[in-house]
Amino acid sequence: MIDRPLTKNIDLSREPFSIKEYEAAGGYQGVHKALKEFTDPKSIVDLVKNAGLKGRGGAGFSTGLKWSFVPMGPDAPRPRYLVCNGDEMEPGTFKDRLLLEGDPHSLIEGMICTAYAIQAEVAYIFLRWGYTLAEQRLSKAIAEAYQAGYLGKSILGTGFNLDLHLHISAGRYICGEETALLNSLEGKRANPRTKPPFPQVSGLFGKPTIVQNVETLCNVHHILVHGVDWYKGLSRCEDGGTKLYGVSGKVKKPGVWELPMGVTVREILEDHAGGMRDGLKLKGFLPGGASTDFLVEEHLDLKMDYATIGKAGSRMGTGTMIILDDQTCPVGMVLNLTRFFAQESCGWCTPCRDGLPWSVKLLEAIEKGEGKPEDLDRLAAQCRFMGPGNTFCALAPGAAEPIQSSLKYFKEDFERHLAEKRCPWRS
Amino acid sequence: MLTVEERQEIEKEIHHYEHKQAACIEAMKIVQRHRGWVSDESIRDIAAMMDMSPTALDSVATFYNLIFRKPVGKHVIMICDSVSCWIMGYENMRDHLCRKLGIQLGETTADGRFTLLPIVCLGTCDHAPAMMIGDTLYRDLTPEKIDTILKQYA
Repeated sequence: MIDRPLTKNIDLSREPFSIKEYEAAGGYQGVHKALKEFTDPKSIVDLVKNAGLKGRGGAGFSTGLKWSFVPMGPDAPRPRYLVCNGDEMEPGTFKDRLLLEGDPHSLIEGMICTAYAIQAEVAYIFLRWGYTLAEQRLSKAIAEAYQAGYLGKSILGTGFNLDLHLHISAGRYICGEETALLNSLEGKRANPRTKPPFPQVSGLFGKPTIVQNVETLCNVHHILVHGVDWYKGLSRCEDGGTKLYGVSGKVKKPGVWELPMGVTVREILEDHAGGMRDGLKLKGFLPGGASTDFLVEEHLDLKMDYATIGKAGSRMGTGTMIILDDQTCPVGMVLNLTRFFAQESCGWCTPCRDGLPWSVKLLEAIEKGEGKPEDLDRLAAQCRFMGPGNTFCALAPGAAEPIQSSLKYFKEDFERHLAEKRCPWRS
Repeated sequence: MLTVEERQEIEKEIHHYEHKQAACIEAMKIVQRHRGWVSDESIRDIAAMMDMSPTALDSVATFYNLIFRKPVGKHVIMICDSVSCWIMGYENMRDHLCRKLGIQLGETTADGRFTLLPIVCLGTCDHAPAMMIGDTLYRDLTPEKIDTILKQYA
Protein backbone atom coordinates (compact mmCIF):
# COMPACT_ATOMS: atom_id res chain seq x y z
CA MET A 1 0.00 0.00 0.00
CA ILE A 2 1.19 3.50 -0.74
CA ASP A 3 2.11 5.74 2.14
CA ARG A 4 2.65 9.04 0.29
CA PRO A 5 -0.47 9.31 -1.89
CA LEU A 6 -0.09 13.03 -2.65
CA THR A 7 3.49 13.01 -3.85
CA LYS A 8 4.12 9.45 -5.04
CA ASN A 9 4.19 10.56 -8.70
CA ILE A 10 6.14 13.77 -8.12
CA ASP A 11 9.71 14.26 -9.27
CA LEU A 12 10.45 17.91 -9.99
CA SER A 13 13.55 17.05 -12.04
CA ARG A 14 11.31 15.87 -14.90
CA GLU A 15 8.00 16.83 -16.51
CA PRO A 16 4.91 15.66 -14.60
CA PHE A 17 3.21 12.44 -15.71
CA SER A 18 1.27 12.58 -18.95
CA ILE A 19 -2.18 11.00 -18.81
CA LYS A 20 -0.79 7.67 -20.09
CA GLU A 21 1.98 7.59 -17.48
CA TYR A 22 -0.47 8.70 -14.79
CA GLU A 23 -2.89 5.89 -15.70
CA ALA A 24 -0.04 3.38 -15.76
CA ALA A 25 0.78 4.43 -12.18
CA GLY A 26 -2.80 3.63 -11.10
CA GLY A 27 -4.23 7.03 -11.94
CA TYR A 28 -7.91 7.66 -12.71
CA GLN A 29 -8.89 4.43 -10.89
CA GLY A 30 -10.73 6.73 -8.47
CA VAL A 31 -12.88 8.11 -11.28
CA HIS A 32 -13.68 4.61 -12.59
CA LYS A 33 -14.59 3.46 -9.09
CA ALA A 34 -16.64 6.56 -8.21
CA LEU A 35 -18.72 6.60 -11.37
CA LYS A 36 -19.25 2.86 -11.66
CA GLU A 37 -19.38 1.53 -8.09
CA PHE A 38 -20.80 4.47 -6.12
CA THR A 39 -24.14 4.71 -7.86
CA ASP A 40 -25.40 6.77 -4.91
CA PRO A 41 -23.08 9.82 -4.83
CA LYS A 42 -24.04 10.44 -1.20
CA SER A 43 -22.08 7.33 -0.23
CA ILE A 44 -18.89 9.13 -1.37
CA VAL A 45 -19.77 12.05 0.89
CA ASP A 46 -20.14 9.65 3.84
CA LEU A 47 -16.90 7.86 2.97
CA VAL A 48 -14.90 11.09 2.90
CA LYS A 49 -16.53 12.21 6.15
CA ASN A 50 -15.65 8.90 7.84
CA ALA A 51 -12.07 9.07 6.55
CA GLY A 52 -11.57 12.22 8.64
CA LEU A 53 -10.33 14.37 5.76
CA LYS A 54 -10.17 18.00 6.87
CA GLY A 55 -9.73 21.03 4.62
CA ARG A 56 -6.05 21.69 3.95
CA GLY A 57 -6.46 25.38 3.12
CA GLY A 58 -6.06 26.38 6.74
CA ALA A 59 -9.43 26.21 8.47
CA GLY A 60 -9.43 22.41 8.91
CA PHE A 61 -13.17 21.91 8.47
CA SER A 62 -14.46 18.38 7.81
CA THR A 63 -14.57 17.99 4.03
CA GLY A 64 -17.35 15.39 3.90
CA LEU A 65 -19.48 17.41 6.30
CA LYS A 66 -19.09 20.48 4.07
CA TRP A 67 -20.27 18.49 1.05
CA SER A 68 -23.29 17.16 2.96
CA PHE A 69 -24.73 20.71 3.10
CA VAL A 70 -25.16 20.83 -0.70
CA PRO A 71 -28.87 20.51 -1.53
CA MET A 72 -29.37 17.36 -3.58
CA GLY A 73 -32.34 15.70 -5.23
CA PRO A 74 -34.50 16.54 -8.24
CA ASP A 75 -35.71 19.91 -6.89
CA ALA A 76 -32.25 21.22 -5.93
CA PRO A 77 -30.93 24.20 -7.91
CA ARG A 78 -28.75 23.55 -10.93
CA PRO A 79 -26.09 23.87 -12.10
CA ARG A 80 -23.98 23.08 -9.07
CA TYR A 81 -20.37 24.20 -9.03
CA LEU A 82 -17.07 22.88 -7.73
CA VAL A 83 -14.24 25.39 -7.32
CA CYS A 84 -10.64 24.48 -6.56
CA ASN A 85 -8.94 27.19 -4.53
CA GLY A 86 -5.45 27.36 -6.00
CA ASP A 87 -4.85 30.97 -4.98
CA GLU A 88 -1.94 30.08 -2.71
CA MET A 89 -0.98 33.57 -1.50
CA GLU A 90 -0.55 33.12 2.25
CA PRO A 91 3.00 34.36 2.88
CA GLY A 92 5.31 31.48 3.70
CA THR A 93 3.09 28.91 1.97
CA PHE A 94 4.37 26.92 -0.99
CA LYS A 95 2.75 23.49 -0.70
CA ASP A 96 0.04 23.60 -3.37
CA ARG A 97 2.63 24.71 -5.92
CA LEU A 98 4.28 21.30 -5.53
CA LEU A 99 1.04 19.45 -6.32
CA LEU A 100 0.02 21.77 -9.18
CA GLU A 101 3.40 21.61 -10.91
CA GLY A 102 4.27 18.05 -9.92
CA ASP A 103 1.11 16.02 -10.60
CA PRO A 104 -1.69 18.02 -12.27
CA HIS A 105 -3.68 14.89 -13.18
CA SER A 106 -4.02 14.03 -9.49
CA LEU A 107 -5.83 17.33 -8.88
CA ILE A 108 -8.07 16.78 -11.90
CA GLU A 109 -8.91 13.26 -10.72
CA GLY A 110 -9.74 14.52 -7.22
CA MET A 111 -11.95 17.20 -8.74
CA ILE A 112 -13.87 14.75 -10.95
CA CYS A 113 -14.56 12.50 -7.93
CA THR A 114 -15.62 15.49 -5.82
CA ALA A 115 -17.82 16.93 -8.57
CA TYR A 116 -19.50 13.54 -8.91
CA ALA A 117 -20.09 13.33 -5.13
CA ILE A 118 -21.98 16.64 -5.14
CA GLN A 119 -23.29 16.17 -8.71
CA ALA A 120 -21.67 19.37 -9.96
CA GLU A 121 -21.55 19.87 -13.71
CA VAL A 122 -19.13 22.77 -13.93
CA ALA A 123 -15.80 23.12 -12.14
CA TYR A 124 -13.19 25.87 -12.00
CA ILE A 125 -9.60 25.91 -10.88
CA PHE A 126 -8.89 29.38 -9.46
CA LEU A 127 -5.14 29.68 -9.88
CA ARG A 128 -2.92 32.50 -8.68
CA TRP A 129 -1.30 34.64 -11.33
CA GLY A 130 2.30 33.87 -10.42
CA TYR A 131 2.05 30.10 -10.95
CA THR A 132 2.85 30.21 -14.65
CA LEU A 133 4.46 26.75 -14.81
CA ALA A 134 1.43 25.24 -13.07
CA GLU A 135 -0.81 27.07 -15.56
CA GLN A 136 0.99 25.49 -18.54
CA ARG A 137 0.99 22.03 -17.00
CA LEU A 138 -2.65 22.17 -15.87
CA SER A 139 -3.81 23.40 -19.29
CA LYS A 140 -2.07 20.46 -20.93
CA ALA A 141 -3.45 17.97 -18.39
CA ILE A 142 -7.02 19.31 -18.72
CA ALA A 143 -6.82 18.95 -22.51
CA GLU A 144 -5.56 15.36 -22.11
CA ALA A 145 -8.39 14.55 -19.67
CA TYR A 146 -11.00 15.86 -22.14
CA GLN A 147 -9.36 13.84 -24.91
CA ALA A 148 -9.46 10.67 -22.82
CA GLY A 149 -13.13 11.18 -21.93
CA TYR A 150 -12.61 11.92 -18.22
CA LEU A 151 -14.07 15.40 -18.74
CA GLY A 152 -16.91 16.59 -20.96
CA LYS A 153 -20.18 14.85 -21.79
CA SER A 154 -21.19 11.46 -20.37
CA ILE A 155 -17.91 10.59 -18.68
CA LEU A 156 -17.04 6.88 -19.08
CA GLY A 157 -20.46 6.47 -20.69
CA THR A 158 -22.28 7.03 -17.38
CA GLY A 159 -24.26 10.12 -18.32
CA PHE A 160 -22.32 12.25 -15.80
CA ASN A 161 -21.12 15.53 -17.39
CA LEU A 162 -18.37 17.80 -16.14
CA ASP A 163 -16.67 20.81 -17.67
CA LEU A 164 -13.47 22.09 -16.08
CA HIS A 165 -12.17 25.63 -16.66
CA LEU A 166 -8.92 27.21 -15.51
CA HIS A 167 -9.26 30.78 -14.19
CA ILE A 168 -6.04 32.73 -13.66
CA SER A 169 -6.42 35.37 -10.97
CA ALA A 170 -5.34 38.98 -11.41
CA GLY A 171 -3.81 38.82 -7.94
CA ARG A 172 -5.10 39.78 -4.51
CA TYR A 173 -4.63 37.86 -1.24
CA ILE A 174 -8.29 38.17 -0.25
CA CYS A 175 -9.23 35.96 -3.23
CA GLY A 176 -8.16 33.02 -1.07
CA GLU A 177 -11.20 33.67 1.17
CA GLU A 178 -13.85 31.41 -0.36
CA THR A 179 -16.68 33.93 -0.75
CA ALA A 180 -14.28 36.63 -2.03
CA LEU A 181 -12.98 34.05 -4.49
CA LEU A 182 -16.53 33.50 -5.76
CA ASN A 183 -17.00 37.25 -6.29
CA SER A 184 -13.72 37.32 -8.18
CA LEU A 185 -14.83 34.40 -10.39
CA GLU A 186 -17.98 36.42 -11.14
CA GLY A 187 -15.76 39.26 -12.39
CA LYS A 188 -16.28 41.49 -9.36
CA ARG A 189 -14.09 43.09 -6.71
CA ALA A 190 -13.06 40.30 -4.37
CA ASN A 191 -14.91 41.49 -1.27
CA PRO A 192 -16.06 38.66 1.01
CA ARG A 193 -19.78 37.93 1.23
CA THR A 194 -22.00 37.69 4.29
CA LYS A 195 -22.46 34.17 5.65
CA PRO A 196 -25.10 32.75 5.76
CA PRO A 197 -26.02 31.87 3.13
CA PHE A 198 -23.01 29.59 2.88
CA PRO A 199 -21.61 28.83 -0.59
CA GLN A 200 -22.75 25.21 -0.28
CA VAL A 201 -26.30 26.57 -0.61
CA SER A 202 -25.80 29.82 -2.52
CA GLY A 203 -22.35 30.28 -3.99
CA LEU A 204 -21.13 30.99 -7.52
CA PHE A 205 -23.86 32.81 -9.50
CA GLY A 206 -26.15 32.08 -6.53
CA LYS A 207 -25.94 28.31 -7.08
CA PRO A 208 -24.76 25.57 -4.67
CA THR A 209 -20.96 25.61 -4.71
CA ILE A 210 -18.18 23.73 -2.98
CA VAL A 211 -14.80 25.45 -2.67
CA GLN A 212 -11.83 23.27 -1.68
CA ASN A 213 -8.10 23.76 -1.42
CA VAL A 214 -5.80 21.98 -3.92
CA GLU A 215 -4.28 19.62 -1.35
CA THR A 216 -7.70 18.62 0.00
CA LEU A 217 -8.93 17.62 -3.46
CA CYS A 218 -5.78 15.59 -4.14
CA ASN A 219 -6.77 13.25 -1.27
CA VAL A 220 -10.26 12.36 -2.46
CA HIS A 221 -9.58 9.72 -5.14
CA HIS A 222 -7.07 7.93 -2.92
CA ILE A 223 -9.73 7.58 -0.20
CA LEU A 224 -12.12 6.13 -2.79
CA VAL A 225 -9.59 3.62 -4.09
CA HIS A 226 -7.90 2.54 -0.83
CA GLY A 227 -10.64 3.09 1.76
CA VAL A 228 -11.15 4.66 5.15
CA ASP A 229 -9.00 2.30 7.24
CA TRP A 230 -5.98 2.79 4.99
CA TYR A 231 -6.47 6.56 5.06
CA LYS A 232 -6.77 6.74 8.84
CA GLY A 233 -3.74 4.47 9.18
CA LEU A 234 -1.55 7.00 7.36
CA SER A 235 -1.98 9.46 10.21
CA ARG A 236 -0.58 9.69 13.73
CA CYS A 237 -3.58 11.56 15.10
CA GLU A 238 -7.37 11.67 14.87
CA ASP A 239 -7.32 13.57 11.55
CA GLY A 240 -6.86 11.22 8.64
CA GLY A 241 -4.18 11.07 5.99
CA THR A 242 -0.86 12.68 5.29
CA LYS A 243 -0.05 16.39 5.17
CA LEU A 244 2.31 18.52 3.16
CA TYR A 245 4.51 20.23 5.75
CA GLY A 246 6.95 22.94 4.79
CA VAL A 247 9.70 24.99 6.40
CA SER A 248 11.15 28.32 5.28
CA GLY A 249 13.58 30.69 6.98
CA LYS A 250 17.19 30.18 8.07
CA VAL A 251 17.24 26.41 8.40
CA LYS A 252 19.77 24.14 6.70
CA LYS A 253 17.37 22.56 4.19
CA PRO A 254 14.16 24.51 3.64
CA GLY A 255 11.55 22.50 1.76
CA VAL A 256 8.19 20.76 1.69
CA TRP A 257 7.54 17.11 2.56
CA GLU A 258 4.55 14.76 2.64
CA LEU A 259 4.47 13.24 6.14
CA PRO A 260 1.93 11.47 8.34
CA MET A 261 -0.58 13.94 9.75
CA GLY A 262 0.45 14.63 13.34
CA VAL A 263 4.27 14.36 13.20
CA THR A 264 5.91 16.64 15.75
CA VAL A 265 7.23 20.09 14.97
CA ARG A 266 10.68 18.89 16.03
CA GLU A 267 10.68 16.04 13.50
CA ILE A 268 9.79 18.42 10.69
CA LEU A 269 12.29 21.04 11.75
CA GLU A 270 15.22 18.79 12.68
CA ASP A 271 14.86 15.56 10.66
CA HIS A 272 13.54 17.09 7.44
CA ALA A 273 14.65 20.73 7.42
CA GLY A 274 18.04 19.82 8.92
CA GLY A 275 17.75 22.14 11.92
CA MET A 276 18.88 25.74 12.21
CA ARG A 277 21.79 27.04 10.15
CA ASP A 278 25.10 26.94 12.01
CA GLY A 279 25.48 29.76 14.51
CA LEU A 280 21.74 30.52 14.66
CA LYS A 281 19.21 29.65 17.33
CA LEU A 282 15.49 29.15 17.00
CA LYS A 283 13.62 32.09 18.47
CA GLY A 284 10.07 31.25 17.38
CA PHE A 285 7.98 30.04 14.49
CA LEU A 286 4.68 30.60 12.77
CA PRO A 287 3.30 27.05 12.43
CA GLY A 288 1.11 27.45 9.36
CA GLY A 289 1.66 30.63 7.39
CA ALA A 290 1.60 34.35 8.08
CA SER A 291 -1.78 34.46 9.80
CA THR A 292 -0.99 32.07 12.66
CA ASP A 293 0.20 32.85 16.20
CA PHE A 294 3.89 32.47 17.00
CA LEU A 295 4.97 29.42 18.95
CA VAL A 296 8.38 28.95 20.60
CA GLU A 297 10.90 26.30 21.63
CA GLU A 298 8.69 24.79 24.36
CA HIS A 299 6.22 23.79 21.63
CA LEU A 300 8.69 21.78 19.53
CA ASP A 301 7.43 18.39 20.70
CA LEU A 302 3.80 19.12 19.90
CA LYS A 303 2.10 17.22 17.11
CA MET A 304 1.39 19.26 13.99
CA ASP A 305 -2.34 18.64 13.81
CA TYR A 306 -5.32 20.97 14.00
CA ALA A 307 -6.35 20.14 17.58
CA THR A 308 -2.90 20.08 19.20
CA ILE A 309 -1.64 23.31 17.66
CA GLY A 310 -5.02 24.89 18.43
CA LYS A 311 -4.69 23.97 22.10
CA ALA A 312 -1.24 25.57 22.21
CA GLY A 313 -2.83 28.89 21.21
CA SER A 314 -2.07 28.93 17.51
CA ARG A 315 -3.37 27.27 14.35
CA MET A 316 -1.85 24.64 12.08
CA GLY A 317 -3.10 26.74 9.17
CA THR A 318 -1.48 25.60 5.95
CA GLY A 319 1.18 23.51 7.73
CA THR A 320 4.04 25.51 6.25
CA MET A 321 6.18 26.91 9.05
CA ILE A 322 8.13 30.16 8.96
CA ILE A 323 11.15 30.12 11.23
CA LEU A 324 12.32 33.17 13.19
CA ASP A 325 15.99 32.91 14.15
CA ASP A 326 17.74 34.84 16.92
CA GLN A 327 19.56 37.14 14.48
CA THR A 328 16.36 38.36 12.84
CA CYS A 329 14.40 41.12 14.57
CA PRO A 330 10.96 39.91 15.71
CA VAL A 331 9.55 43.44 15.54
CA GLY A 332 10.79 43.77 11.95
CA MET A 333 9.23 40.43 11.08
CA VAL A 334 5.87 41.36 12.55
CA LEU A 335 6.05 44.73 10.77
CA ASN A 336 6.65 42.95 7.46
CA LEU A 337 3.68 40.64 8.08
CA THR A 338 1.37 43.48 9.10
CA ARG A 339 2.34 45.62 6.08
CA PHE A 340 1.30 42.70 3.90
CA PHE A 341 -2.10 42.38 5.56
CA ALA A 342 -2.69 46.16 5.52
CA GLN A 343 -1.94 46.26 1.79
CA GLU A 344 -4.09 43.24 1.01
CA SER A 345 -7.12 44.21 3.12
CA CYS A 346 -10.03 44.60 0.72
CA GLY A 347 -11.18 47.70 2.60
CA TRP A 348 -14.71 46.46 3.12
CA CYS A 349 -14.99 46.64 6.92
CA THR A 350 -13.61 49.22 9.32
CA PRO A 351 -11.60 47.21 11.87
CA CYS A 352 -9.50 45.73 9.05
CA ARG A 353 -9.29 48.77 6.76
CA ASP A 354 -8.30 51.15 9.59
CA GLY A 355 -6.88 48.82 12.22
CA LEU A 356 -4.18 47.30 10.03
CA PRO A 357 -2.63 50.59 8.78
CA TRP A 358 -2.72 51.88 12.35
CA SER A 359 -0.93 48.75 13.55
CA VAL A 360 1.68 49.28 10.79
CA LYS A 361 2.27 52.87 12.00
CA LEU A 362 2.76 51.71 15.58
CA LEU A 363 5.11 48.91 14.54
CA GLU A 364 7.09 51.20 12.22
CA ALA A 365 7.59 53.68 15.04
CA ILE A 366 8.69 50.96 17.47
CA GLU A 367 11.02 49.37 14.92
CA LYS A 368 12.69 52.70 14.17
CA GLY A 369 13.17 53.42 17.88
CA GLU A 370 10.55 56.14 17.93
CA GLY A 371 7.93 54.18 19.85
CA LYS A 372 6.39 55.21 23.16
CA PRO A 373 5.80 52.80 26.06
CA GLU A 374 2.02 53.10 25.66
CA ASP A 375 2.31 51.91 22.03
CA LEU A 376 2.46 48.29 23.18
CA ASP A 377 -0.95 48.63 24.84
CA ARG A 378 -2.29 50.42 21.76
CA LEU A 379 -1.07 47.56 19.58
CA ALA A 380 -2.71 45.01 21.88
CA ALA A 381 -5.95 47.03 21.75
CA GLN A 382 -5.84 47.01 17.92
CA CYS A 383 -5.52 43.22 18.00
CA ARG A 384 -8.67 43.04 20.11
CA PHE A 385 -10.57 45.38 17.76
CA MET A 386 -9.57 43.23 14.79
CA GLY A 387 -10.36 39.98 16.61
CA PRO A 388 -12.90 37.29 15.74
CA GLY A 389 -16.49 38.51 15.63
CA ASN A 390 -15.63 42.13 14.83
CA THR A 391 -14.88 41.74 11.14
CA PHE A 392 -16.54 40.51 7.98
CA CYS A 393 -14.00 37.77 7.24
CA ALA A 394 -10.94 36.10 8.75
CA LEU A 395 -8.28 38.42 7.26
CA ALA A 396 -7.95 40.85 10.16
CA PRO A 397 -8.29 38.26 12.95
CA GLY A 398 -5.58 36.27 11.14
CA ALA A 399 -3.40 39.36 10.80
CA ALA A 400 -3.75 40.01 14.54
CA GLU A 401 -2.43 36.54 15.42
CA PRO A 402 1.30 37.13 14.82
CA ILE A 403 1.06 40.60 16.45
CA GLN A 404 -0.67 39.45 19.63
CA SER A 405 1.58 36.43 20.04
CA SER A 406 4.75 38.44 19.43
CA LEU A 407 3.68 40.75 22.27
CA LYS A 408 3.35 37.62 24.41
CA TYR A 409 6.60 35.85 23.55
CA PHE A 410 8.91 38.67 22.45
CA LYS A 411 7.78 41.50 24.73
CA GLU A 412 11.35 42.06 25.97
CA ASP A 413 12.44 42.66 22.38
CA PHE A 414 9.74 45.28 21.89
CA GLU A 415 10.81 46.92 25.16
CA ARG A 416 14.46 46.95 24.07
CA HIS A 417 13.46 48.94 20.95
CA LEU A 418 11.66 51.44 23.20
CA ALA A 419 14.50 51.70 25.75
CA GLU A 420 17.42 51.84 23.29
CA LYS A 421 15.47 54.02 20.82
CA ARG A 422 16.72 51.92 17.91
CA CYS A 423 16.45 48.42 16.48
CA PRO A 424 19.04 46.32 18.35
CA TRP A 425 19.32 44.05 15.29
CA ARG A 426 20.38 46.86 12.94
CA SER A 427 24.06 47.79 13.05
CA MET B 1 -10.44 49.79 -30.56
CA LEU B 2 -9.92 46.18 -29.61
CA THR B 3 -8.25 44.09 -32.30
CA VAL B 4 -10.04 41.17 -33.93
CA GLU B 5 -7.65 38.82 -32.16
CA GLU B 6 -8.38 40.36 -28.74
CA ARG B 7 -12.14 40.17 -29.37
CA GLN B 8 -11.92 36.51 -30.37
CA GLU B 9 -9.90 35.61 -27.28
CA ILE B 10 -12.38 37.46 -25.05
CA GLU B 11 -15.40 35.80 -26.71
CA LYS B 12 -13.88 32.40 -25.94
CA GLU B 13 -13.59 33.27 -22.24
CA ILE B 14 -17.17 34.57 -22.04
CA HIS B 15 -18.44 31.04 -22.81
CA HIS B 16 -16.86 29.72 -19.62
CA TYR B 17 -19.27 31.60 -17.36
CA GLU B 18 -22.97 31.86 -16.62
CA HIS B 19 -22.81 35.68 -16.85
CA LYS B 20 -20.92 37.68 -19.44
CA GLN B 21 -19.46 40.13 -16.89
CA ALA B 22 -17.68 37.28 -15.14
CA ALA B 23 -15.16 37.27 -17.98
CA CYS B 24 -14.19 40.92 -17.48
CA ILE B 25 -11.02 40.13 -15.52
CA GLU B 26 -9.93 37.66 -18.21
CA ALA B 27 -10.72 40.30 -20.83
CA MET B 28 -8.49 42.89 -19.15
CA LYS B 29 -5.71 40.33 -18.85
CA ILE B 30 -6.01 39.50 -22.55
CA VAL B 31 -5.69 43.17 -23.51
CA GLN B 32 -2.79 43.58 -21.09
CA ARG B 33 -1.01 40.59 -22.62
CA HIS B 34 -1.23 42.23 -26.05
CA ARG B 35 -0.51 45.85 -25.05
CA GLY B 36 1.40 45.64 -21.78
CA TRP B 37 -1.21 47.64 -19.84
CA VAL B 38 -4.89 48.63 -19.80
CA SER B 39 -5.54 52.21 -20.93
CA ASP B 40 -8.69 54.30 -20.32
CA GLU B 41 -9.62 53.66 -23.94
CA SER B 42 -9.26 49.88 -23.45
CA ILE B 43 -11.41 50.09 -20.29
CA ARG B 44 -14.15 51.78 -22.36
CA ASP B 45 -13.85 49.21 -25.18
CA ILE B 46 -13.88 46.18 -22.86
CA ALA B 47 -16.74 47.62 -20.78
CA ALA B 48 -18.84 48.05 -23.94
CA MET B 49 -18.19 44.44 -24.89
CA MET B 50 -19.17 43.24 -21.39
CA ASP B 51 -22.32 45.40 -21.11
CA MET B 52 -20.75 47.17 -18.12
CA SER B 53 -20.17 50.84 -17.44
CA PRO B 54 -16.50 51.91 -17.74
CA THR B 55 -16.62 53.01 -14.08
CA ALA B 56 -17.82 49.58 -12.92
CA LEU B 57 -15.05 47.91 -14.92
CA ASP B 58 -12.42 50.33 -13.59
CA SER B 59 -13.47 49.58 -10.01
CA VAL B 60 -12.68 45.93 -10.76
CA ALA B 61 -9.44 46.80 -12.59
CA THR B 62 -8.06 48.87 -9.73
CA PHE B 63 -8.88 46.20 -7.13
CA TYR B 64 -6.38 43.68 -8.48
CA ASN B 65 -2.62 43.96 -8.06
CA LEU B 66 -1.72 42.80 -11.54
CA ILE B 67 -3.95 44.81 -13.83
CA PHE B 68 -1.66 47.65 -14.87
CA ARG B 69 -3.54 50.93 -15.39
CA LYS B 70 -0.34 52.79 -16.29
CA PRO B 71 2.21 51.91 -18.98
CA VAL B 72 5.00 49.59 -17.82
CA GLY B 73 8.41 48.78 -19.24
CA LYS B 74 9.13 45.97 -21.68
CA HIS B 75 10.00 43.66 -18.78
CA VAL B 76 8.23 43.85 -15.42
CA ILE B 77 10.40 42.74 -12.52
CA MET B 78 8.36 41.68 -9.49
CA ILE B 79 10.40 41.15 -6.36
CA CYS B 80 8.80 39.30 -3.45
CA ASP B 81 8.70 41.42 -0.28
CA SER B 82 6.82 38.95 1.93
CA VAL B 83 8.02 37.40 5.15
CA SER B 84 10.23 34.46 4.13
CA CYS B 85 12.02 36.52 1.47
CA TRP B 86 12.36 39.38 3.99
CA ILE B 87 14.05 37.01 6.46
CA MET B 88 16.34 35.69 3.70
CA GLY B 89 17.56 39.07 2.48
CA TYR B 90 14.85 40.86 0.48
CA GLU B 91 16.06 44.33 1.51
CA ASN B 92 19.56 43.73 0.09
CA MET B 93 18.16 42.33 -3.16
CA ARG B 94 15.77 45.28 -3.51
CA ASP B 95 18.56 47.81 -2.87
CA HIS B 96 20.81 46.03 -5.35
CA LEU B 97 18.12 46.07 -8.06
CA CYS B 98 17.32 49.75 -7.42
CA ARG B 99 21.01 50.71 -7.66
CA LYS B 100 21.60 48.58 -10.72
CA LEU B 101 18.55 49.91 -12.60
CA GLY B 102 18.77 53.46 -11.24
CA ILE B 103 15.08 53.47 -10.24
CA GLN B 104 12.95 53.05 -7.13
CA LEU B 105 10.13 50.51 -6.60
CA GLY B 106 7.18 51.42 -8.81
CA GLU B 107 9.32 53.16 -11.43
CA THR B 108 10.35 52.38 -15.02
CA THR B 109 13.86 52.83 -16.42
CA ALA B 110 14.35 55.81 -18.77
CA ASP B 111 14.92 53.47 -21.73
CA GLY B 112 11.57 51.79 -21.04
CA ARG B 113 13.19 48.40 -20.60
CA PHE B 114 12.36 47.55 -16.96
CA THR B 115 9.62 48.32 -14.46
CA LEU B 116 10.40 47.31 -10.86
CA LEU B 117 7.48 46.37 -8.59
CA PRO B 118 7.18 44.75 -5.18
CA ILE B 119 4.98 41.66 -5.15
CA VAL B 120 3.48 39.56 -2.38
CA CYS B 121 4.66 36.03 -1.58
CA LEU B 122 5.44 34.08 -4.76
CA GLY B 123 4.96 30.72 -3.05
CA THR B 124 8.55 29.56 -3.42
CA CYS B 125 9.62 30.29 0.15
CA ASP B 126 12.05 27.35 0.39
CA HIS B 127 14.09 29.11 -2.31
CA ALA B 128 13.92 32.67 -0.95
CA PRO B 129 14.69 35.39 -1.91
CA ALA B 130 12.75 35.25 -5.16
CA MET B 131 11.50 37.42 -8.01
CA MET B 132 9.68 37.06 -11.31
CA ILE B 133 10.48 38.79 -14.58
CA GLY B 134 7.40 38.51 -16.77
CA ASP B 135 6.36 34.86 -16.56
CA THR B 136 9.72 33.53 -15.40
CA LEU B 137 10.55 32.77 -11.77
CA TYR B 138 14.04 33.32 -10.35
CA ARG B 139 14.93 31.88 -6.96
CA ASP B 140 17.74 31.71 -4.37
CA LEU B 141 18.76 35.21 -5.43
CA THR B 142 22.12 36.81 -4.68
CA PRO B 143 23.36 40.16 -6.02
CA GLU B 144 25.69 38.29 -8.42
CA LYS B 145 22.83 36.12 -9.65
CA ILE B 146 20.67 39.20 -10.23
CA ASP B 147 23.45 40.73 -12.37
CA THR B 148 23.63 37.60 -14.54
CA ILE B 149 19.84 37.44 -14.91
CA LEU B 150 19.52 41.11 -15.92
CA LYS B 151 22.12 40.60 -18.67
CA GLN B 152 19.75 38.11 -20.35
CA TYR B 153 17.20 40.92 -20.71
CA ALA B 154 19.68 43.56 -21.90
